Amino acid sequence: MAVIAALAGKHRITKRQIRDWIAGYLFASPFIIGFSVFIAFPMLYSVYLIFVDWDLLRPPSFVGFANLAQMFKDPKVNLSLYNSAFYTLFAVPIQLVISFLLALALTQKIRFRDFYRAGFYMPIIVPLVASAVVWQRVLHPEFGILNEALGWFGIAPRMWLFEPQLTKPAFIFMSFWMIGRQMVIFIAGLGNIPDSLKEAASLDGAGAVGRLRYVILPLMTPLIFYNMVIAIINSFQTFVPAMIITEGGPQDATLFVVLNIYRNAFQYFNMGYASALAWELFVIVVGFTLAQFYLSNRWVYYEERS
Amino acid sequence: MRSDRPSSGGDATGKGLEWPRAGEQALASDGRSAATEPAIPITGHSGASRSIWETFWLTALQIFMTFLALSFLTPTFWMISSSLKVSTEVFAHPIVWLPKDPHWNNYVKAFMLLPLTTFIVNTLIIVFFAVLGTVISSALVAYSFARIRWPGRNFWFGLLLATMMLPDVVTLVPRFLIFKNLRWIDTWLPLIVPYWGGIGAIYVFLMRQFFLGIPMELEDAAEIDGANRIRVLLQILLPLSKPVIATVAVFALLQHYNDFMNPLIYINSMDKWPLALGIRAYNDSYAKNWEVVFAASTVMLTPMVAIFIVAQRYFVQGIAMTGFGGR
Repeated sequence: MAVIAALAGKHRITKRQIRDWIAGYLFASPFIIGFSVFIAFPMLYSVYLIFVDWDLLRPPSFVGFANLAQMFKDPKVNLSLYNSAFYTLFAVPIQLVISFLLALALTQKIRFRDFYRAGFYMPIIVPLVASAVVWQRVLHPEFGILNEALGWFGIAPRMWLFEPQLTKPAFIFMSFWMIGRQMVIFIAGLGNIPDSLKEAASLDGAGAVGRLRYVILPLMTPLIFYNMVIAIINSFQTFVPAMIITEGGPQDATLFVVLNIYRNAFQYFNMGYASALAWELFVIVVGFTLAQFYLSNRWVYYEERS
Repeated sequence: MRSDRPSSGGDATGKGLEWPRAGEQALASDGRSAATEPAIPITGHSGASRSIWETFWLTALQIFMTFLALSFLTPTFWMISSSLKVSTEVFAHPIVWLPKDPHWNNYVKAFMLLPLTTFIVNTLIIVFFAVLGTVISSALVAYSFARIRWPGRNFWFGLLLATMMLPDVVTLVPRFLIFKNLRWIDTWLPLIVPYWGGIGAIYVFLMRQFFLGIPMELEDAAEIDGANRIRVLLQILLPLSKPVIATVAVFALLQHYNDFMNPLIYINSMDKWPLALGIRAYNDSYAKNWEVVFAASTVMLTPMVAIFIVAQRYFVQGIAMTGFGGR
């Protein structure tokens, strides 16, 4: 490190350098302090909490691995993991396909593109709580607009939020409404593809499908990858709709991981157990992310930069 | 002031409804100029005359996209229109899309049933201080990472990037216990203070990238020593960084306005609730009065729509830029 090298006398430290060091730390100090107090310390603290039983009334008592042992056989925990995995597995890939197709469509020679973009982006600015409140009613069996719209096509009304088999699909459908961010990222990426590449492909005889398959898709893989990583992290942390629309029901069909953690911590006041559950989620999410980075070498195309 | 930054995506004033075109390097910090080609057709070349097939395909796409965009807008439209209905119209078959007579009284009712004005004021205070903290702290930290050489800089920057992958839930319980110890429960401090710590990695990252794109010569001219750096940041860098400051502010605003879980955990007394908790209370207590719930939700939505119309380029550019990661 520079400090050691400098102290060893290999380089002469100038006054200017020392002033820079001090200034650097001072300007970065909000993050250094903020990270230590609000991220690093809480994480260490919650490692300790895994091993205690604490209901906030009595002092914490050490229980060893009891929380972890219970976590692996708790049916609610396993169900919440299954629910979140199910939701993620179906919501994320379809979100990516839809947002990519929308981005492609919005870069064609059609009119009113600004209007379409605003329309698809609009749901993002609807506050989450308000959108949960609205969707609770959009999906209402009797007076909701989804069943009404399905009725125009002769499809019988369904009890979206009251039948356990239908609730997760309804939540997945709802998530397609909020793909504006992914779409905007794809649109920006499509704009960065040099025309010369597409023209070269055309000269080589590639049609529209060929250009999409051999030029556009490979060049877009870094953004597809980025959107996928973020979408998986987010969808594993779905909380607001489950809390407001269904409160985890019916029959725990929407008991997602974060809702289960919230309940254990702030409704049942099992601080230790909730910390164990939070670490389980952490390991899963980080594991997924690392696995994706590892697998990304096989399909993500990185342009060589000079 | 903006004329010396040709790459930052055009003129911010007077073009409220302009989106960054495909091909435009949104909020570019690397000094490349914006491309001019507005569309990236996958069918045909620009300049080639359209075939019948292409015309047909574009017309079909046009119709389909119109239908799709309208369906995306429908839930929001339905919410706003229902907030003006009488309850017989809300629960009518077939659905009444527009109320016969806008029933503004629903809004009066919403303000009477629960202290909606208090929720609005609380939200304004919380969001204002949280966003202010985010902007100030991320500007300071970003300046340190972009402009000053100090030992350990890469280490701390790496930590900052790593926190982007961190699910917030891991720190949920311990943070609650810390704030409980500090006796901050049922105050706004847990919703404000952490954000003065520059821990919004994406914001620091955005600002750092932008600072890196500003030529050093400007600062070299103003002779730098430790005491002058604050002035350099305030008088040279920040005035050139208005687009990125706006982006960070708009993003942070959205984040804190939307935040539901933190208020849910930390704020008990109703007179301290922000709008997010207030709307849930309408939904729980007046579940049968859809028009009132919708009116309250529309009240919460309105400022976002206003901000979106005024500042949508910053929403969109910020998203586009974060999508580019390390570029």
